[in-house]
Amino acid sequence: MTSQDAAEKPKSKDLSGAGQKLLAFASLIALIVAFSLLSENFRTVTNMMNILQATSVIGLLAVSATIVIITGGIDLSVGTAMTFTAVTAGMLLTWLGLPIAVGVIGAILMGALTGLASGAFITKMRIPPFIATLGMMLVLKGLSLILTGTKPIYFNDSPGFTSIAQGSVIGALLPAFPVPNGVLILFIVAAAVAYILNRTVLGRYTYALGSNEEAARLSGVNVDAWKMAIYALAGAVTGIAGVVLAARLNSAQPALGQGYELEAIAAVVIGGTSLAGGRGTILGTLIGALIMSVMTNGLRILSVAPEWQIVATGAIIIGAVYADSLRKK
Amino acid sequence: MPDLIQMQAIDKSFPGVRALRSVDFTLRAGEVHALMGENGAGKSTLMKILSGVYQPDAGTILVDGKAQSIGGPRAAQALGIAIIHQELMLMRDLTVAQNIFIGRERRNMFGVLDEAWLNASAEAIFAQMKVKIDPRARVADLSVAQAQMVEIAKALSYKSRALIMDEPTAALNAKEVSELFAIVARLRGEGVGVVYISHRMDEIRQISDRVTVMRDGALVGTVAAADTPIEKIISMMVGREISDAPPIVPNLAGAPKALEVRNLSRGRAVRDVSFDLQRGEILGFAGLMGAGRTELARLIFGADRPDGGSISVAGKPATIASPADAVRLGIGYLSEDRKHLGLALGMDVRANIGLTAMARFSDSFGRIDEAALGRVAQDYIAQLAIRTPSDAQEVRLLSGGNQQKVVIAKWLLRDCDILIFDEPTRGIDVGAKAEIYTLIQGLAAAGKSIIVISSELPEVLRLSHRIAVMCEGRLTGILPAQAAQEHIMALATQRETTAGAAA
Repeated sequence: MTSQDAAEKPKSKDLSGAGQKLLAFASLIALIVAFSLLSENFRTVTNMMNILQATSVIGLLAVSATIVIITGGIDLSVGTAMTFTAVTAGMLLTWLGLPIAVGVIGAILMGALTGLASGAFITKMRIPPFIATLGMMLVLKGLSLILTGTKPIYFNDSPGFTSIAQGSVIGALLPAFPVPNGVLILFIVAAAVAYILNRTVLGRYTYALGSNEEAARLSGVNVDAWKMAIYALAGAVTGIAGVVLAARLNSAQPALGQGYELEAIAAVVIGGTSLAGGRGTILGTLIGALIMSVMTNGLRILSVAPEWQIVATGAIIIGAVYADSLRKK
Repeated sequence: MPDLIQMQAIDKSFPGVRALRSVDFTLRAGEVHALMGENGAGKSTLMKILSGVYQPDAGTILVDGKAQSIGGPRAAQALGIAIIHQELMLMRDLTVAQNIFIGRERRNMFGVLDEAWLNASAEAIFAQMKVKIDPRARVADLSVAQAQMVEIAKALSYKSRALIMDEPTAALNAKEVSELFAIVARLRGEGVGVVYISHRMDEIRQISDRVTVMRDGALVGTVAAADTPIEKIISMMVGREISDAPPIVPNLAGAPKALEVRNLSRGRAVRDVSFDLQRGEILGFAGLMGAGRTELARLIFGADRPDGGSISVAGKPATIASPADAVRLGIGYLSEDRKHLGLALGMDVRANIGLTAMARFSDSFGRIDEAALGRVAQDYIAQLAIRTPSDAQEVRLLSGGNQQKVVIAKWLLRDCDILIFDEPTRGIDVGAKAEIYTLIQGLAAAGKSIIVISSELPEVLRLSHRIAVMCEGRLTGILPAQAAQEHIMALATQRETTAGAAA
């Protein structure tokens, strides 16, 4: 019966989110042009770098969230997991005095571990992703506060750590483009994740799970193991975000983090990734993250009250998804 | 040479149901073996066991004469057993080639995929099948028939020696069916054993070598297709004794018409259906799965919009654009999927009964008159003999039969004069079935007009004053009460003879 329904339905041509990406990209350009016309302070290289710098952390989190959302899941713990990995870096570097590389790798591994834990709750304990990661969000927030005694850990004993985010390798080579390292990391990670999603088995199963998990299972795919691996990958990206954040602030701030997950999910959605799973791209997510930071930056430069900036962000999310649903009709 | 596959004394139970009772089944290399039976006879369960989806409770499976335990889909694939499920199991957002090789992608040591190999291999399989499908196309953009071909290609890619097809033609038109048969014939020629599950007699005659019939989870028998008349197969399928008393058909001459349906159509699902329903009548709808009965009910109830046709209620032309319209006109639809569509399982009996009649039990501020609602709920609990400790019991804790009674109460409270029951006893045990039957007969005797859609022939025969039979969206006939089962089955499998007309 259902199959007959499907046979009769006029086939809707869907270009796998390409339309949405184009729409999002056009909106981004329109926003940049509009703000540039309205304010000469907006259209400076310094300000562009500010926008990119502001995008680096949220962009990394959005990349992490994209991976999970394509499986049809959700990760509410990316914000506090990021903080937890920053705290991990702080403990390794400042408390134990280990080399920077150890702190960075430790933070990334800790991120992967938190992702793996969420994945295990979801697959082995059959807890819905929303609940499992909501629990993880609170557990990790609490642990960050406990481990640090609610006080920030500073990286003053690890000179050079801040340059992970604040330095500029590109600027050293091309003085005209002082792109901060945090931004460079975002683009490298985004490119790597895009490659994984499109070219590797892990990526293939990410889309397969979101598209039809039962079909994947019946095809002999070890759904549980792959899902845990996917959450671990997302967690590792969250760990990178934690390192960049800590380097930017020159500290691990244990109270920070909650609220970032919603901004990240907003960027993913604006970028055209379907919350139903099966569809989505990293490029779209990057554009989505940029739209959010251009908005915030532009409105601030135009001296719009911060309260109204929040309202505008909310309106953009609703508008973007509405535009997508219009396009699909 | 031993048979390719021997299943011996397979038992399987699900909570509350004995799905298979000591079933034997053999498949030879190079044969097409049709597996037949009514809905719920156990065909799909048996084949899901063979393909590793379910584990049997008892029994053995021999492949090439060697006992094997098939622990999962992967183990079945390794033994060369592939299944094409009734509902297509494809990932819509992936491409054709990606779907075919899911779980077996060629990759290097870093897990990087070889997409070119994927597409070339898929291309090679399609060439072998003599089918033209672009391996790079997204499955969501394919027609159902093409998606079916992708499933077959996927099965072939496992180098399958045993291929199970569960109702593969349900969604195909005549031309596509003949293409499918050509492929099946070619596979048989290459020594593949094919299990073919279908309801369609003409197909069985056309392509199968042997026919095995199942009924109520047990094996009825295996016969050669060539020298067994269709009537024999049908009688094997429906041969169960009907122990219940036949319905007493009231004299409805002169009874007013409650519902007149004329030329109702919607795509291929419902085609030019006309019938009358009288006050006090129980009209049974028989047919096989996918015959269009539920789709017809949804049109009458306003859940879908028809392409054409008209409906009159109580002699007056009616416009039914939504379920709300239907309810206003006194039409109630009791869905076959009552857990998802009929009940709020976590709420109590009282709230469920009152759910669609809240306007009557609330004041202008929206405050609910719980006392009045409780009294009404108590009335229905007594009247329909709903077994529940109180009207405050959560509905999910009731048995299937009692849940169904709660749904009935809900619609009675809305003063519905026309009640459409879609599979009213699905998932309900035998004792409770008889109660539901008595209830439905009582409603008719009290002047309600009733449509009963059921895939169980005994149920249709037990209840109906007249029996409407559908096949492929068309009403193929209306028979009097107690019509011969063979007659009903013949109408239910009466496909259109003009090939290609359905396209």
